[in-house]
Amino acid sequence: MASVSTYVPSLELVERIANGEISAIARMISRAEAGMPEAREALAEIYQRAGRAHVIGLTGVPGSGKSTMVSALAARLRATGSKVGIVAVDPSSPYSGGSILGDRIRMTDLSQDAGVYIRSMATRGNMGGMARATMDAVDILDVGGFETIIIETVGVGQDEVEIAKAADTTVVVSAPGLGDEIQAIKAGMLEIADVHVVSKCDRSDAHRTLTDLKQMLTLGVKGGKKSEWRVPVVGISSFDGTGFDELMKALEGHRAVALHSEMGRQRRVAIAGFRLTKTAENLLMERFARACAPLTLDFAQRLHRHEGDPYSLAGELVAASFGKE
Amino acid sequence: MRDTVDRNVLDPSAVEAVREQERDWEANEVAQFLAKQAERKESFLTLGDFPVKRTYTAADLADTPIDDIGLPGRYPFTRGPYPTMYRSRNWTMRQIAGFGTGEDTNKRFKFLIAQGQTGISTDFDMPTLMGYDSDHPMSEGEVGREGVAIDTLADMEALFEDIDLEKISVSMTINPSAWILLAMYIVLAQQRGYDLNKLSGTIQADILKEYMAQKEYVFPIDPSVRIVRDCITYCAKNMKRYNPINISGYHISEAGSSPLQEAAFALANLIVYVEEVLKTGMQVDEFAPRLAFFFVGQADFFEEIAKFRALRRCYAKIMRERFGAKNPESMRLRFHCQTAAASLTKPQYMVNVMRTTLQALAAVLGGCQSLHTNGYDEAFAIPTEDAMRLALRTQQVIAEESNVTQTTDPLGGSYYVESLTTQYEKRIFDILEDVDARGGTIKLIKEGWFQQQIADFAYETALRKQSGEKALIGVNIMVDDTPDPKIETHAYDQTTADRQIARTQRVRRERDPAKFEELMAQLLEVAKDDSQNIMPITIELVRAGATMGDIIESLKTLWGTYRETPVY
Amino acid sequence: MAQPIRVLVAKVGLDGHDRGARVVARTLRDAGMDVIYSGLHRTPEEVVNAAVQEDVDVLGVSLLSGVQMTVFPKIFKLLDEKGVKDMIVVAGGVMPDEDAAALKQMGVHEVMLQDTPPAAIVATLTRLVNERGER
Repeated sequence: MASVSTYVPSLELVERIANGEISAIARMISRAEAGMPEAREALAEIYQRAGRAHVIGLTGVPGSGKSTMVSALAARLRATGSKVGIVAVDPSSPYSGGSILGDRIRMTDLSQDAGVYIRSMATRGNMGGMARATMDAVDILDVGGFETIIIETVGVGQDEVEIAKAADTTVVVSAPGLGDEIQAIKAGMLEIADVHVVSKCDRSDAHRTLTDLKQMLTLGVKGGKKSEWRVPVVGISSFDGTGFDELMKALEGHRAVALHSEMGRQRRVAIAGFRLTKTAENLLMERFARACAPLTLDFAQRLHRHEGDPYSLAGELVAASFGKE
Repeated sequence: MRDTVDRNVLDPSAVEAVREQERDWEANEVAQFLAKQAERKESFLTLGDFPVKRTYTAADLADTPIDDIGLPGRYPFTRGPYPTMYRSRNWTMRQIAGFGTGEDTNKRFKFLIAQGQTGISTDFDMPTLMGYDSDHPMSEGEVGREGVAIDTLADMEALFEDIDLEKISVSMTINPSAWILLAMYIVLAQQRGYDLNKLSGTIQADILKEYMAQKEYVFPIDPSVRIVRDCITYCAKNMKRYNPINISGYHISEAGSSPLQEAAFALANLIVYVEEVLKTGMQVDEFAPRLAFFFVGQADFFEEIAKFRALRRCYAKIMRERFGAKNPESMRLRFHCQTAAASLTKPQYMVNVMRTTLQALAAVLGGCQSLHTNGYDEAFAIPTEDAMRLALRTQQVIAEESNVTQTTDPLGGSYYVESLTTQYEKRIFDILEDVDARGGTIKLIKEGWFQQQIADFAYETALRKQSGEKALIGVNIMVDDTPDPKIETHAYDQTTADRQIARTQRVRRERDPAKFEELMAQLLEVAKDDSQNIMPITIELVRAGATMGDIIESLKTLWGTYRETPVY
Repeated sequence: MAQPIRVLVAKVGLDGHDRGARVVARTLRDAGMDVIYSGLHRTPEEVVNAAVQEDVDVLGVSLLSGVQMTVFPKIFKLLDEKGVKDMIVVAGGVMPDEDAAALKQMGVHEVMLQDTPPAAIVATLTRLVNERGER
């Protein structure tokens, strides 16, 4: 188990990734997740080469049938010849920081297909429903030859809208029978959708969810926002395959808008801006964490003794931390 | 006759007098003793987390009506399903066996019968249990390994060669594919000229607990329950002595549940099956007398006895009050018991004999109708002949030497056991009420509700073993570094798969393809129509040389398969 | 922040006895690891595919059906074909001692059978990953 002999430098992995070698792709994603400084140069190289794939963000409340739908959708995409990468993001346990990542189980139909890559990621305290390295993983898969990349996140509240700032096309999934007729509204996800999907349409109560959602959209909740694209509502059943042709058309249609329209161009700039800000935030947090570590105890004791208030001491701590770099 | 007014063993003034005695005893004798030496633990709990008092008195029977205790063979059957119990006939000693091909297991059956076993119980290999033929890729390495491999009627013929099926009862431990095995059994009986109404025995066919616990399932829940319904109605009309189902708590327990969950969840499943059959228009008294049960014998001796007694009482009340049964036969719960495999350990494996003995004794004092005692080597592999013989001898010692069989329900009237029985009854009904309030068993299975509770208790148990709170000799106490004597384990015969596959392929070659295709088409038609019974066409198919895999794979195209969302 | 250990807890073959696998999954999560659970009735091919795509540190295979001597050689062959050299493979479940010894010969890093305390499993996996070093 000599670690030195088996360690492959990240830069060496880049060509192997470009050749579509799965173990190299997988390892590079691990290094991106770990935030290894050694991997930064390679990730930079990868970013330069990336940008071809259609990135679909897919979100919905737990129990909406997202994973099963992703599985069926991936099978359709495969039938068109596209290689499909899936990044399934699940929340980490707030207590232990660990996680059980269960989405793969609902995608077992894809488990033998070499043209499908599934990667599970834990949010690890990252807000917004995405993991820190999700976008790195997308780039790596892009360079690895995956033409469509689906990011699946659990939508539970307002925070989950991050997905819309990362994907070319955002799909919001609702399901009948989960209590609230349209969970997307409650979860604040109505506005972010480029495509709405109502899953489980083999159920008798699905019709109502469909009509409610359509009505809600025509009522024009920010109706004028997307003039070049009219947000469709697609009813599907992963059980009997209903609606997937329509869904494929909707995705293809939106892809054209996303890639070739002015709106799409602006969106891509916004995505880049978001990526840049997030990355900068992370760098800043890392630097701050490193720099303030030796000072924190002293500041905490001063606060405890009421030698200052939280606001002024925090200001001092920030100033002192960055003074050191 | 039963009086409808609730009467208790003691009148209220006597209860108060006993309580007064108790208080006095706590204040004097107990307090003085505790002052000198504290008890070993702050609180004492059963394995299933019921608090246990320092001692029990007649006052603890205050809320148990005497009619709920009753007499053996009389409603609500707390004290036993039959009035004379083991004074008439001992329980059926039914050691489960199965490995290799039909021929291999047939030899083991004959060995066990020669050793004094009085019933047969068949264990099938994983492919048979899951509905795969032996030559299916998923079967690789598993053919005849954990049980006997059955693909076709020819295998069934070999399995029961020279065994008189009108004379010995045969249990088949199988679930999603059970109805096909039953069909083979029927055809075999017909070929031998037996009277179907004289056959006794059972298929397990309790599919709901598979989704809850053991995870041997093929189809989604709805068609699976329909198959169970079809087995029950078919047998009610054609096989008067045959138990078409064995509603099983055993596997719920082995998956990690508490004894209370085992009991309550099994009864929740019972309710679904009864409701499904009633929907066909059949009356409850037409089929309920042949419903049978299967429970584990766990380590907590008195708790297990109370569990069995409470189960009989709950079942009687459910059948009479909820389903309006009139015939007492519909209200008496009969059960097979197996000692707890998950309680056996590898270290100091001979200690398993003692564990099994105590568990078996609890089953007998709890009034079981048949019993399997585990081999001491089951934490290694499937049992050897030697281990099985010793396990059978354990039952024979209890039956022939201990004299516990001379009176029925010898623990009836025990303050502790009666009190625990009543507590179990109450808690079981609480859970059943909760299940109803939450929308019923099938909905809750789909939501993982039962699975989560089982997982929670399993996790808790693992932590208690780790902390030593749950003692386990040889594992967390009395650990002995002396190496255990070398154990001979059952060796897998590497030629099994080849022998088995050769026969299956021969059957496929020799059957009439036109007839086979025609019947397969009929099968799908019957399967599509929920109002039809699937048994008759299945019987014709296995007679015509259809394999189990043929039938299952074809139905998968119609019904799909079940995939669970696991809980942790 | 140290990277959580990634583990694939896998059930291979037809047996549905998942009590142990799920207790282990929960234990490892509560110890701060990222756990991917394979679900039931998986083939060696499916499990190795998942392990490689997920780039887990540890592939843990739970078996109670006696097929260990069929399954593990396949797993190692598949890992080899995919050029994976640094994956830690452990086994759990019920099996005879001879088989456990044979598996270790074959390259299984640790065999942890019934009644292994949860904390011992966490400690063993942590040790094995530390011994392996950075990857």
